[in-house]
Amino acid sequence: MNDKTNRPIYLDYSATTPIDERVVAEMLKYMGSDAIFGNPASRSHSYGWTAEAAVEQARQHVADLVGADPREIVFTSGATESDNLAIKGAAHFNVKSGKHIITCKTEHKAVLDSCRQLEREGYEVTYLDPEQNGLIDLDKLKAAMRDDTTLVSIMHVNNEIGVIQDIEAIGKACRQRKIIFHVDAAQSAGKVPMNLSELPVDLMSFSAHKIYGPKGMGALYVQRKPRVRLEAQMHGGGHERGMRSGTLATHQIVGMGEAFRIAKEEMATENERLINLRNQLWDGLKDMEEVYVNGDFDQRVAGNLNISFNYVEGESLLMALKDLAISSGSACTSASLEPSYVLRALGRNDELAHSSIRFSMGRYTTSKDIETTIKHVRSAVEKLRNLSPLWDMYKDGIDLNSIKWAAH
Amino acid sequence: MAYGEKVLDHYENPRNVGKFDQNDANIGTGMVGAPACGDVMRLQIKVNDEGVIEDAVFKTYGCGSAIASSSLLTEWVKGKTLDEAKAIKNTDLAEELALPPVKIHCSVLAEDAINAAVEDYRKKHA
Amino acid sequence: MAVYFDHNATTPLHEKIFEAMQPYMGSVCGNPSSLHRFGRLQRQAIEQAREQVAALMGAQSSQVIFTSGGTEANNLMVKGLSMDTAVQRIAVSAIEHMSLLQPAAEVGCNVDQIAVDGQGLVTQESLKQAINKETVLVSVMAANNETGAVQDINKLAEEVRAHDIWFHTDASQIAGKLEFSFEKTAVHAMTLSSHKLYGPMGAGALIVDKCLPMHSLLQGGSQEKGLRAGTENVPAIVGFGMAAELAAQELIERADHVRVLRDALEKELMQLGVVKVFSQQVRRLPNTLQFGVQGFDGETLLMELDRRGFAVSSGSACTSGKTEPSHVLKAMAVPNQLATSAIRVSLGRANTMAEIERFIEAMKQIIGLSNSAVMMAANL
Repeated sequence: MNDKTNRPIYLDYSATTPIDERVVAEMLKYMGSDAIFGNPASRSHSYGWTAEAAVEQARQHVADLVGADPREIVFTSGATESDNLAIKGAAHFNVKSGKHIITCKTEHKAVLDSCRQLEREGYEVTYLDPEQNGLIDLDKLKAAMRDDTTLVSIMHVNNEIGVIQDIEAIGKACRQRKIIFHVDAAQSAGKVPMNLSELPVDLMSFSAHKIYGPKGMGALYVQRKPRVRLEAQMHGGGHERGMRSGTLATHQIVGMGEAFRIAKEEMATENERLINLRNQLWDGLKDMEEVYVNGDFDQRVAGNLNISFNYVEGESLLMALKDLAISSGSACTSASLEPSYVLRALGRNDELAHSSIRFSMGRYTTSKDIETTIKHVRSAVEKLRNLSPLWDMYKDGIDLNSIKWAAH
Repeated sequence: MAYGEKVLDHYENPRNVGKFDQNDANIGTGMVGAPACGDVMRLQIKVNDEGVIEDAVFKTYGCGSAIASSSLLTEWVKGKTLDEAKAIKNTDLAEELALPPVKIHCSVLAEDAINAAVEDYRKKHA
Repeated sequence: MAVYFDHNATTPLHEKIFEAMQPYMGSVCGNPSSLHRFGRLQRQAIEQAREQVAALMGAQSSQVIFTSGGTEANNLMVKGLSMDTAVQRIAVSAIEHMSLLQPAAEVGCNVDQIAVDGQGLVTQESLKQAINKETVLVSVMAANNETGAVQDINKLAEEVRAHDIWFHTDASQIAGKLEFSFEKTAVHAMTLSSHKLYGPMGAGALIVDKCLPMHSLLQGGSQEKGLRAGTENVPAIVGFGMAAELAAQELIERADHVRVLRDALEKELMQLGVVKVFSQQVRRLPNTLQFGVQGFDGETLLMELDRRGFAVSSGSACTSGKTEPSHVLKAMAVPNQLATSAIRVSLGRANTMAEIERFIEAMKQIIGLSNSAVMMAANL
């Protein structure tokens, strides 16, 4: 990531991050021919024990960052699996207390699609609309709670617009109604300080590759006191205290542990730096006509800025910005032509939803990168607006809503 | 997805970008698509007394393939009669630009645009 | 470090594979679903690995679905097959890995067990007994992780196909050890695991015929043709691909190497008189030797071997936290006492004849203690 030879500037840290060199160095100890290897589940020899000790050390690091007990950390193959395990696992296990679930329309697909699956199984799901700034109105959430509600799933930081939900307040409301509270923290761990020993959260999903750790690795926090019970989704072998079977890669677990350890150490200074970069970016763009920040500006994770450039279509803008690695919407849906469902849920109109770009900055982003980015973005938007009939109409003072469009 | 070379060429150097006076009797205007769908194409033709398209301009809000389809179309219609222009098929555009299946609708939109422009012109002269 | 004789549990990462993975852990980053150049490079790497894995197993690359490992592939096969659980049933052999048996028990349909004979083989008769017109899926592993016994998958698949039933085989242990082909065996689906063939942990695959009605177990993304949501583990997948390519290149060489060692070990152990080799009469994986020692306790044997610097296992690693006799040996009707004395030696490409000789010496020493502590432990 550090060699800059003709490479696009990477501003897609919310999609995935490069692995930190220090993380790689730890992982390498468990890879290669002279490495420490062994199946951590092997109980009969020191290869297995050494691997197991490394796994437990990593579990401690992960727990430390978020203020959990290591026994509350279940390793998985990634945040998608963690979300699936939390939502389907909790809903299935607690089916006797009810079959109603509450989530939000701006959740990650892993949460929404898990809920859809439960709907197919006969559960009822309420999908809350967020406010225009992307945040959830606590009163609306409380109003949606029912006696048969067993689970609320709300993400901590949104992957597209970066807004931070007040999980403490939401958690308290859930506790009052004895509802299990799951939080997808794939985008917040290591970026937003948290202490699970005090937070009223029962289940929390983590990803390694969003915070400079390896892909294919995640974890689920499962609170012990009071104990949250789950039905396993992956069977065979009874690894991870029966909650997640299958041999997980020792080197990847170690990598995740090291990534979390570094994040704990550097979070405060890194956040300060990223907020400066974000301000630099916004300061360089905000005087343009018809640009809008999506999501609350202040309740926002440090490295994220999501902007709609009105009357410019997002995909053509990405194409014009080929020297920047950025995304419109989330990476998981960017192969489709749909406008971002997150922005639609905020009530953004079609043009704005189609014209959004997510800039996500991280550990290796420099002030010079942002300078270059501002230059590229300004010229690309100008070029495309010159090409845009909608821009013409806006300039001519025509209200686009007054036109009867022939949708195809 | 990776774009074809011809798409990139038209996208980087779009031909005949511009706007004619919509109310001019010699101008036919076709505006198709919708912001909701992520693309809006405006194609305008200038027709001479012999019924031949003398000039054509476009502006497009949409992805690179939509921009390329309309840019290519303006090149193709120049010098054609209205009937000849109407005979241009989306498949010809798609083939020339090597559009992938998910982008075929862009060429359909371009075909709609030329048809709409010709209709507009004919309406004015009916 | 101890001598490693536990390759059926996991294998050390091959140096060349390690090299192939490194760029994807360092300078090459990006989400394969992203459209920008970083993302596209990741996508290309995945597709190359898909071809390498397909080539090793004689399959088409479009049939390869990458998962987080063999356990997930087995879960996907059994729980991801669309079926009417009220009526339809599945049949699995009694000696399958837990990652197949447990998901099968979770599906909610009737599960019929296919018996094995004393050598650990599924016979055509036992297969016929276990299937009926409601059966939709049969699963029999190609080679057993404990005994190494190799099933005649060709013949079994033929039988299963004749009844219009889907046939799945867990090929995690046979892949890279013996020639085995998806196409030639005519199975419908096959499980693979990267870390059993010198690749990294964290990757596996289900090779699956497109005609099978499958659905994803994980929701939240359309990766892997909609059958496996979640950001792909690119370095592990790249390593898996490289592992498959190397396995294809070195298949015969590797098999010959371990066979010579295994046969020498087996011959010497038989001389000891008290050793009984399991599945001895049938075709086995060339690297695997599982044996019982009359009158000894398996846990004690493991401990004694560990003290002498040998990493072996009693059964499958995933259940070795428990001291119950292995379900595999039970299914083969091995007497309980002999079964609890079982030791599995599984060899790999770096093992040497000198190590085998040292192991034989160690075994002789341990057995030499027969009338003292070890025996007493067994009698407790």
